[in-house]
Amino acid sequence: MATNVLSRKLSLLAACALLATMPAAPQAASILHRPAPNFTRTALDGSTVTLEAARGKVVLLNFWATWCAPCKVELPRFSVWQQQYAAQGFQVIAVSMDDDSAPVRTFLRRGSFTFPVLMGDAELGDLYGGILGFPVTVLIARDGTVAARFEGETNLAAMEKQIQSLLAAR
Amino acid sequence: MQFRKFFWILTGLVPVFFVFSAVSAQAQSFSASADPSSALSVPLADQMLPAKLNQLLAVPAASQPLVLQIGSHIMFQQAHIPGAQFVGPGSQPAALEALARAVSFTSKKRLIVLYCGCCPWGRCPNVAPAYRKLRELGYTNVKVLYLASNFGDDWVAKGYKTQNGN
Repeated sequence: MATNVLSRKLSLLAACALLATMPAAPQAASILHRPAPNFTRTALDGSTVTLEAARGKVVLLNFWATWCAPCKVELPRFSVWQQQYAAQGFQVIAVSMDDDSAPVRTFLRRGSFTFPVLMGDAELGDLYGGILGFPVTVLIARDGTVAARFEGETNLAAMEKQIQSLLAAR
Repeated sequence: MQFRKFFWILTGLVPVFFVFSAVSAQAQSFSASADPSSALSVPLADQMLPAKLNQLLAVPAASQPLVLQIGSHIMFQQAHIPGAQFVGPGSQPAALEALARAVSFTSKKRLIVLYCGCCPWGRCPNVAPAYRKLRELGYTNVKVLYLASNFGDDWVAKGYKTQNGN
């Protein structure tokens, strides 16, 4: 009897250990061509950002961190694109994956960014296929589906071409 | 007459040669240590491939290396190497203090593996400062996990085990 209870407890423990060590992050590719997961967060400027509100626009959703060098190269370009393509229905949303907002606020004070910046979290990362490296940029088409996902140092010219192509698709 | 002229030219070239050599040596030494905060400054002998660490984790816990994640906590929450401890981004002074505390009861000879995987290897700002900190503290068996692109591509996508949460 005691052996039975012990073996049941051991099985439960083994099952928990197995679950805990399963691949935690879903495959990044699984979000492609699927509806972009909606989210609502408060941006650092106090405004409320909801992805759903940008439906009908082409959205560039960028995950970055203040200590990520390639991210700091991209952000000023995104700022230019935001101004350049805004009239065509383009929206950049930047999600900082820093653990603390203080360095983000300091970084933002140094530049003039033309898009909302919000603080991310693990839940938001998981929603977008796991943000397990920086930067990650997701392009969302006007119909709300994920059109592309870029990881690491990216060819920004190629990204811009894809944005132009998404903007042209009405 | 011609010999004397040649002699003086040669004499004049000697200091030029020395100046050139000195400048060149300085330039070489500068390029070798151009960016001490970059992962490129971690010696090859102290880098560890993911497959090797995966092997080392297949033994009983007591014999495993101490694995420390020195990147983002949000990344750690999403996925981390089983048994790894979160320390914080090695590029930040507070994280280096946390690193010193995390190893304070560890033998100086114990194998410690640091990893980040936030960015492509050459662009990671976190591993080199953490590696140097441990070396300065006298830890003699410190390795840095070589993640060429990032943790997602070079560990998770390779099918190595992960845990999530805090």
